[in-house]
Amino acid sequence: MTIRILGAAFLLAAGTSMAQAQQLAPSPTLDAVKARGNLECGVHLGLPGFSFANDKGEWSGLDVDYCKALAAAVLGDASKVKYTPTSVQQRWPILQSGQVDVLARNSTITFSRNATLGLNFQGINFYEGQTFIVRKSANAKTAADLDGASVCVAAGSTEEKNAADWFRERNLKTTITNFQKNDDAIAAYDAGRCDAYTAGVGALAGQRAKLKNPEEHIILTQPISNDPQGPVTRWGDERWQLIVRWVLNGTIAAEALGVTSKNVDEMKANSKNSEVRRLLGAEGGFGAMMGLSNDWMYNVIKQVGNYGESYERTVGMGSNLKMERGQNQLWTKGGLLFTPPFQ
Amino acid sequence: MSSFLSFINDKRVRDWFYQIALILLLVGLAVFFVRNASENMVKAGIASGFDFLWRTSGIEVPFVLTNYTQADNILALFWVGVANTMLVTVIAIVLATLLGFALGIARLSSHWLLSTIAGAYVEFVRNIPLLFFVLFWYFGVIAALPQPRQSIGLFGVAFLNNRGITIPLPDAPGNFRWAALAVLVSWLCYWLASAWARRRKERTGQDAPLLAIGIGLIVVVPALAIAWASLATRWDIPVLRGFNYRGGFVVIPEFVALLAALVTYTAGFIAEIVRGGIESVAKGQSEAASALGLRPGRILSLVVIPQALRVMTPPLTNQYLNVLKNSSFGAAIAYPDVVSLFMGSALNNTGQAIEIIAMTLAVYLVIGLAVSALMNWYNARIALVTR
Repeated sequence: MTIRILGAAFLLAAGTSMAQAQQLAPSPTLDAVKARGNLECGVHLGLPGFSFANDKGEWSGLDVDYCKALAAAVLGDASKVKYTPTSVQQRWPILQSGQVDVLARNSTITFSRNATLGLNFQGINFYEGQTFIVRKSANAKTAADLDGASVCVAAGSTEEKNAADWFRERNLKTTITNFQKNDDAIAAYDAGRCDAYTAGVGALAGQRAKLKNPEEHIILTQPISNDPQGPVTRWGDERWQLIVRWVLNGTIAAEALGVTSKNVDEMKANSKNSEVRRLLGAEGGFGAMMGLSNDWMYNVIKQVGNYGESYERTVGMGSNLKMERGQNQLWTKGGLLFTPPFQ
Repeated sequence: MSSFLSFINDKRVRDWFYQIALILLLVGLAVFFVRNASENMVKAGIASGFDFLWRTSGIEVPFVLTNYTQADNILALFWVGVANTMLVTVIAIVLATLLGFALGIARLSSHWLLSTIAGAYVEFVRNIPLLFFVLFWYFGVIAALPQPRQSIGLFGVAFLNNRGITIPLPDAPGNFRWAALAVLVSWLCYWLASAWARRRKERTGQDAPLLAIGIGLIVVVPALAIAWASLATRWDIPVLRGFNYRGGFVVIPEFVALLAALVTYTAGFIAEIVRGGIESVAKGQSEAASALGLRPGRILSLVVIPQALRVMTPPLTNQYLNVLKNSSFGAAIAYPDVVSLFMGSALNNTGQAIEIIAMTLAVYLVIGLAVSALMNWYNARIALVTR
């Protein structure tokens, strides 16, 4: 009898501790976002197509769409985002010091940033390639034609070092003038201080509109580097990193699975595909595993759309930038985008 | 017991005790902050320490006074920034002082138009932020100058365009070292000669032909030395090829714009200091000098300015320190000073904000204290000697 009671007590104790082991690891960032009722998202100071506020103060762009998706997943409402515009120099300290929950700001993933700045890159939402914008009158077709040119660039960007390395490796003599902000560098290029301004293809497509006579300039098509960009978190708080990573994966998975903002209700109700059902929370309970509601990705797709919808609306054919999908197409269609399975 | 009581009641003992306690507290606080910061940085995965200074910089700089290349380390980049900060500061201080003196004296002139213009300039400058000056000169300079293909040639060897002033550079500086030595020696000779002439005048009352000696030693000898060095050296003369002139040394428009902004801005403040200094000299002084038959120019240089300098030196020191600090506005227009290169590019590439900001702070502190020390020495030298 005594042994039985002891055994039952032991099982009970083991069961309780098992239940505790299944509890979620603490996530101070997620708790803070929920308590605050909005997501603090670090974005670019103003880059059409990626993060840009119109004259009414409404933000739009590919990076902004990521912020909205994350807010939809965490808070169930894509509009609950507070945007913090950051310069090239401000972006890391603002993230490191905890002033923003996540940074979605055209930031290139590099080894040294990952290893020494206390940053984690949670996937790729844009495959960027560095190139140059030049005046048509300069008759430059590729970067190699820029021998002897002055190049304006934002200080502290990956482009600053890339350009210096690229020209040095080819024994081309260029003068690189480093400005503190992207906009200062563009203004100086526009004023004739430089023969070229360098940034990513996507960034240039957006920034070209800021020039006095956009049609007098051309963007060199051949990129000199590969600069993958994506959302960034600080070290620590693994569960928050999990959420940031899988919301991005979810938007790509939705495109691959054919789930769009138009058909998401119908897909959730009727789809026989178990990956679609797990993604949209019809089965599997994936949201709860991260401490979110199970319809986390349903909210994202319903309110923001899948990756392809975002792309077309912000930088693709539905936007002023008119950029092809290129590398930013699904791997099944010849691009580089893919996501690990929702299983 | 009573000896112990008298020990702790001793004023000197107490004074020492409080001093030591304060120092220990400050050191303790500093240690606490440093340890706290480094612990938290380790936790957040942010690198710390000064190892990054020996990493390759990879940053190209358009205006380099040292022999830095982008393959050098970040410490070398730091020195490039420090040299550029010092260059623009020193030249700006010299030019602002000259312009400021001219404006200050003009403001006191009895010529109505001259004094009104000087007065208006001072009021204008004092009420406009420096950043405006910097951007105005920058975009003004760029807009006013032609594109490289339409460069303004100066004697066919130097070229002015909106990429800067390209000047020829000697292939080997050897001859110029000798020329510089010759210039220094001849200036030293002049200094000795003028000291000798002053003593002789005090003794005998005779004037030495100092003007002729001065022209010879200060102008002719250096000119000959430089001419010889220029002719004996092969020059790297800039040639237009492709986008811009190749070869030579480029004085970038950012330097010119920042210098112009610092000079025109600071001169307004120096003008007021000069005016205040001159007005502080009692009117009876210049009246007495006038009664002795001195001409206005000599009254100014012999009687008024030497006394005014005593009043002017301390506030001038402040203005010189302001020039140093304001040179950091160069970051707004891509002038590669220590703020732009080290706190901008290097900080972004390494992310080591605390170390880099501390080092930049130290640069300003050291240069600033040096300027102060120099001006204090000068102030002590010209102070009224009382017996």
